[in-house]
Amino acid sequence: MTVDHHPFEATLLAYASGHLPEGLSLVVATHLAWCTECRDAVAAAETAAGLLLAQGPQAECSDALLARTLGALDHRPQPAHQPPPAPRQALLQQLKLPQPLQGYVQRLGPARWRWLAPGVAQIPLIGRTGGGGSARLLRVRPGMRMPLHGHCGSELAVVLSGAYDDELGRFARGDLADHGEEVTHQPRSDLQEGCVCLIATDRPLRFSTPLLRLVQPMLGI
Amino acid sequence: MQEGMSAPPARSPGLGEFLPDRELMTVHLVAVGRRRDRDAFAALFRFFAPRLKSYFLRLGTQPRMAEDLVQETMLRIWDRAGLYDPTRAQASTWVFTVARNLRLDALRGERHPEPDSETLLAGLAEDAEGADAVLDAARREERVQKALASLPAEQAEILRLSFFEDVPHAEIARRLELPLGTVKSRIRRALRRLRGLID
Repeated sequence: MTVDHHPFEATLLAYASGHLPEGLSLVVATHLAWCTECRDAVAAAETAAGLLLAQGPQAECSDALLARTLGALDHRPQPAHQPPPAPRQALLQQLKLPQPLQGYVQRLGPARWRWLAPGVAQIPLIGRTGGGGSARLLRVRPGMRMPLHGHCGSELAVVLSGAYDDELGRFARGDLADHGEEVTHQPRSDLQEGCVCLIATDRPLRFSTPLLRLVQPMLGI
Repeated sequence: MQEGMSAPPARSPGLGEFLPDRELMTVHLVAVGRRRDRDAFAALFRFFAPRLKSYFLRLGTQPRMAEDLVQETMLRIWDRAGLYDPTRAQASTWVFTVARNLRLDALRGERHPEPDSETLLAGLAEDAEGADAVLDAARREERVQKALASLPAEQAEILRLSFFEDVPHAEIARRLELPLGTVKSRIRRALRRLRGLID
């Protein structure tokens, strides 16, 4: 599968370093499941981090630490090699979600699409966390034009099915949109298939119309 | 990589004389995963614990907390060594990811989502083009090691800041008195070099 739109290298490095909030990391990981190029970049970054760790400075540990750790080994549970549970939900079967996203949807339990705006439904996946991010699945009816909006922080979105077009081009399955504060866009969903995507922000969206700004807290976006 | 799989036991006399530390650690990690080998675990601990403590300290953890995180990381290594695959990652890479994920969990109660290796391997078998892109872990490490040695200082510094300091790229830009765009393009060039795309 070929993917046309990728995260910036700076985003991949932040992911590999462990600096992204969980929701943004989930979008990157979902893209990685479909993109060998970006997987190679993350593997290279993690390899570099491991090398720099192994060759880097050392801090003296207290003498008791090794003994304490060895002592704790006896109390560890036997490692379990449990197979992943089979997908039960209709939602999972419809979308053929890659891991790790599948696991997140499964942990939700029975989930239903909830109305968010005309033509748009959502399933919240990760609420605001300590890292300040949130993530949701968004389903947009065919041919919908979204209101013009910008972003206060970072927004990452990956297309799961269908497609959408905006000022930056066409985004189909596996494509990732990496938007910083400088991007204001007005996406339109595919005329036939509409679009399902996973979208995560580290802060709320910034809509251009006062009305949307007013109802934004009620919609939780 | 079959050599890694059939590597001699960690306690073979004199093994350490022939293998550099990093490769020796991969042998130890396999021994822990296969045989629950405590001597190999202790050897991993002696090598990695002081480095992990430094990692947590540089990321702003209090000294006492840092030792707790070191212990937790080592115990997680013990628990999960059975899942370690030496063809996919060298020991130092794998240990880094375990420590990184543990810190996120301890500090923010967050997971670090990653694409599932089983799914990927299944997908790659069907996708010959993708299979070409799979690089054996040992060869990747060799390539990254060479790239790190020849990386311009300014690119190496940004990688170090990103891995070992808990600051966003905007803050790195402020500290280095550079525009954010410059930081991002240095990251781009550094990653391309690590991947062997620029000589």
